[in-house]
Formats: sequence, structure tokens, C-alpha cells
Amino acid sequence: MTTITKLPDPVAGGSKPSYRGKAGRARKTGRRRRLGDLRIALLFILPAMVGFVAFYLVPTVRGIYLSFTEYSILGDPTWIGTKNYTAIFGDELFWNAMGVTVQYVGLNIGFQTIIALGLALLMHRVAKSTFIRGALLLPFLVANVIVALLWFWMLDYQMGIVNELISWLGLPRIAFFGSEQWAIPTIAGVNVWRHMGYTALLIFAGLQSIPNHLYEVASLDGASPTRTFWSITMPLLRPVLVLVLVVTVIGSFQVFDTVAVTTGGGPVNASRVIQMYIYQKAFGESDFGYASALSVILFVILALVAFIQMKFLKGNESDLD
Amino acid sequence: MTTSALSRKKPVSNAPVPGEPVRRKPVNWRRVGAWTLVAVAVAVTVAPFLWMLRTALSSNHSLAANAGNLLPADFSLGAFKRVLGLQSPEEAIADGGSGAAINFWLYLRNSIIFASVTTAGQVFFSAMAAYAFSRLRWPGRNVVFALFLATMMVPPIFTALPNFLMIKNLGLLNTFAGMALPFLFMTPFAIFFLRQFFLSMSREVEEAAMLDGAKHLRIFFQIVLPNAAAPLATLALLTFIGQWNEYFWPLLVGQDESVRVLTVGLGVFKSQSPQGAPDWSGLMAATLVAALPVLLLFIAFGKRVVNSIGFSGIK
Repeated sequence: MTTITKLPDPVAGGSKPSYRGKAGRARKTGRRRRLGDLRIALLFILPAMVGFVAFYLVPTVRGIYLSFTEYSILGDPTWIGTKNYTAIFGDELFWNAMGVTVQYVGLNIGFQTIIALGLALLMHRVAKSTFIRGALLLPFLVANVIVALLWFWMLDYQMGIVNELISWLGLPRIAFFGSEQWAIPTIAGVNVWRHMGYTALLIFAGLQSIPNHLYEVASLDGASPTRTFWSITMPLLRPVLVLVLVVTVIGSFQVFDTVAVTTGGGPVNASRVIQMYIYQKAFGESDFGYASALSVILFVILALVAFIQMKFLKGNESDLD
Repeated sequence: MTTSALSRKKPVSNAPVPGEPVRRKPVNWRRVGAWTLVAVAVAVTVAPFLWMLRTALSSNHSLAANAGNLLPADFSLGAFKRVLGLQSPEEAIADGGSGAAINFWLYLRNSIIFASVTTAGQVFFSAMAAYAFSRLRWPGRNVVFALFLATMMVPPIFTALPNFLMIKNLGLLNTFAGMALPFLFMTPFAIFFLRQFFLSMSREVEEAAMLDGAKHLRIFFQIVLPNAAAPLATLALLTFIGQWNEYFWPLLVGQDESVRVLTVGLGVFKSQSPQGAPDWSGLMAATLVAALPVLLLFIAFGKRVVNSIGFSGIK
């Protein structure tokens, strides 16, 4: 029974004193009644458990199984071992999709994080008003599809306002969604626009957790704003920043909606991101085994990316102590 | 030289603080620069929405000739009428629409059903689970909780394919049941969010009720749920917005017109281009009306949404 309370809570951590106190009480009553409130707990947990097993656990296992089979939606899956994986390894379209996705993630996360950090600092120092935060959050609350269509119109080659401005400046018009070289930067830019306010709010929340007295001490010591930023803000913000990066990078790797309603993966293969490729394999070519193997690979990549970020940026250690 | 980090602590006052040199001017220049950047950011964020409105109020035929004009080109409510089905097909085509217009009211109804049902189910069942994780003591509790949390790491696409096959095998393709089921019971985030809040709630009333012989079901419904009304509302709001905007899953299982939601409908509408030229004003009117419920919710409860963003409890 004691094992329950000893297990570290993966997210909240044992660091909350109030929680620790409650857990201690739990242990005492637990000893008295070995099963505790098991019967009523089963009732309370039942719906969530059904959802968890049916739509998370079983699909995860089944997805891994399917990745070792050949399965068009008709008939039964046939076990083919690792053939899907070896095929993927030599699949030029897969490597292209990976390249496109990585390019997208790099552009998207790079610009988004820097802009959001700047916005968060601005909000923290001068513009704390909820109204401004609300305005910056607006694009995030509107559907991906709507944002994509709006920019598809604004960036239209002939009639879009952005190209009107560009030609008004005397520059040549740009086929934002229509050219191989611009498609991915454009899609990345659209999603930077959608997510920058949200990301800024996440970082802003982190900034607010930095104790004020540190800034006071720094200013008494005559530290310049730049020095204060690098010596106080950045180190103390790091855990939040890492968390933001992990969350946004994982989301960014799964870009789909924007691509699906604008370019559909084209022109040629220029914007066929990995999730688009999975979608096309499964629903365009009915090759569910291959598509499952692709999603297993995506899953592994995402887990690795999260792990590496946490490990090397030391996301779970705070410098506050 | 003055740190603007500090300036936020002090009220901006005209009187110089004793013992400190007058430092209003340099601080103000910094603030002017900072506010300019904030204004630019807000403008960049809001301007595209105004452009959406401007286009929706334009007449589709006149858009090309007035591409750079900031005001609606040949002001007309035709696009909205077209989208809302208030124009006859002939009028719509004459106005630059496609004959096969968007079946807006049907998609709106479908979106409302899909988003409300999944939100209600998810929030309620997640609250029940959160109660079991925060108030009840049972063997394996923390292991199960850790398992639930671990599923946050699983990318949606990974479970989407097997889930699609299951829904198909159950014969639930193109039904509301098939669209709603994967979202109906829980998300790890919802459970985590509510559990954190339940843990922080005072238990005095509950313990008193317990001594009076109240059972857990009664405590849950009569004490915990009413006391947690605020976070429940916030969670419901966030869930509803997320479900309203959901595209991928409805695209997989809800293609049929009868259950098609707005996001999927908009994608289809975009691809119906009469004579190769899209009905831009119709499309913008449609996106605007589709975004309206979220915008209204945001205007009404914006503060709640804004303040809920952050890694509360995760550190």
C-alpha cells in the first residue's frame, strides 16, 4: 500500500508541501483499510477508463501491430515483419516529407519563439493589460482552417493584399502558396502568426513567477537591462522556456490542417509534411500498414525530441534555489 | 541606464522620489518604444480579421479591380446572404458565388452538436476521474494516473488511424457517435487540470458532510462540483473552442454532408471554384460566420481564457 504514496507524482512532483501532507494522511487510512475506497473509485473512474482503454491504449498497441502488417482497408492485416520499415528507409518521398517537416519546424519554432519571447517581455514590462493579451491571443482561438483560408486569400498572387503591397513597393509579386520555394516558409509564417500570442502568454506566465526582489537587487547593484536579462531573466525563465519549446515543437511536427486546406502538399512535393504523407498513404492509397509504420516513426521522433530537449536544456531543474 | 524591469514596480509619478535623481525622461522613451512595438503586434494580429470583414462585405466581382482598396469593394451583403442561404442559386451565381453553395445552417448545427456533446461528456467524466484521483484512496491510484498522463505524449495522428478503423468496424462512420466517441470520455489534460484544482480546494465542508454520513456521490455532486464551478467553466470553454476548431478527426470520419462540421465544410467550400476564380467574398463571409461563436465566447469570457493560459501547477 505504501508504494502508492511513494511513487513520485510525474508532473506536480513531490515538491508541494501541502500535497505531501495529504499523502501522509492517505497512508495512515490506507493501512487501516487495505482497499480504501476502491469500489466507489471504480465507479468514478469507469468512464475515463473506458475512454483511456478504447481510444488511447488499444489504438496505441494496435497501431504498433499494424505497422508490421500489410493492410488495405479491405480484408485482414497480413503480418509482414519489418518490411514496411525497410521500405520506408528507402522511400524517397518519406525522406522528402521529413526534410520538409524539419524545415517547417525550424522556421516555425525559430521565429515563433523569438517573437513570443519579445512579446512576453513587452507584456511583462509595459503592457500588462488583459485586453492586449486577449487581442494577441485571438488568432489562436480561431480554427486552423479559418486562419489558413484567411491567409490563402491575403497572400493570393493576383488579388491578395500582401502582393498588392509588395507590387506597390515596386517589388515582384510572390507566389506564396504556389511556388516550391515559398510554400513551406509561407505555411510556417501563417502558423507563427496564429501561435505567437499564445506562446507569448505561456512565456509571460513564466516571467511572472520570477521573484521581483531579484530585479531590485540587480538594479541596486547597478546592473544594466541587458545584464539583468541575461543573468536573471533568462536563467530563471529556462524551465518554462524548455517546456514551451517541447510543447510547441511537438505540435509543430504534426502540422496538417494548414497544409491540407491551402497547398494539399504541393506544389509537387514541396509542402508534403509528414502528417500529410501519412494521411495520403492511409486514405489516398489505403495502405494502412505503411501509414501506421510512418506514424510509429513520427511517434519515436517526437519522443526523442522531447527527451533530448528536456535532457540537454535541463528543463526540469530550476535555478531558483 | 535605468532598468525598465524596475519601472513596472513603481507607480509612474511626476514627483521625483526622494533620494533618486529625476528619471522620467529616459524611462518614457523606453516606454514609447515598447508601446510602439506592442501596438505593431496588436495591429499585425487584428488587421487580418478586419481584412476578412472588408472582403466579406465586398462584391466578389469587384474585388479584382479594387484589390488594394482598404474599403469594401462595391459594398454588398450578398456574400453573407449567399453563405446563409438567403439567395437563390441564380442570384448567387450572378453575384460571383458558386451555384453549389455552402450548406451553412446544417454545418453550424453539426458543429454545435459535435462541440457541445464532446465538451459536456469530456468535462463531466474528467471531473469524475479527477475526484477519484484527488479524493479517494485506492490501490494503484498513482500508477493509473501516471498512465493517463503518459498518453499526453502520444501524438493524435498515431491513435487516429486505429481509431478510424475501430469506428469503421463499429459501423459508426459518418455518425455523430463516431465523431464524438474518442473525445467523449476523457483527455489527460482535462483530468490533470481538474485534479490540480480539486487538490487545492479546502476539504472542511466535505469532511463535515462525511461525518454527517454523506456518501461520495453526494459530496461530488453537491459540494465539489458547485465549488469548482469556475475552473469547470474555464475548462469547458477551452474544450469547446478546441472542439469547435477540430478538423482532422471530423475530416476522417465525418465527411458525409449530414454530419459535416463547419471546419470540414469550409475546406470543401474553398475547393468549389466557379470558373477557376474562388468566391473570395463568400469564403471570407463563411469563415467570419464560422469563427463568430468563438469570437462571441471570447468577448464574453475573454479574461477567463487569457488567465487560464500558463503552466499552472507544472514547474
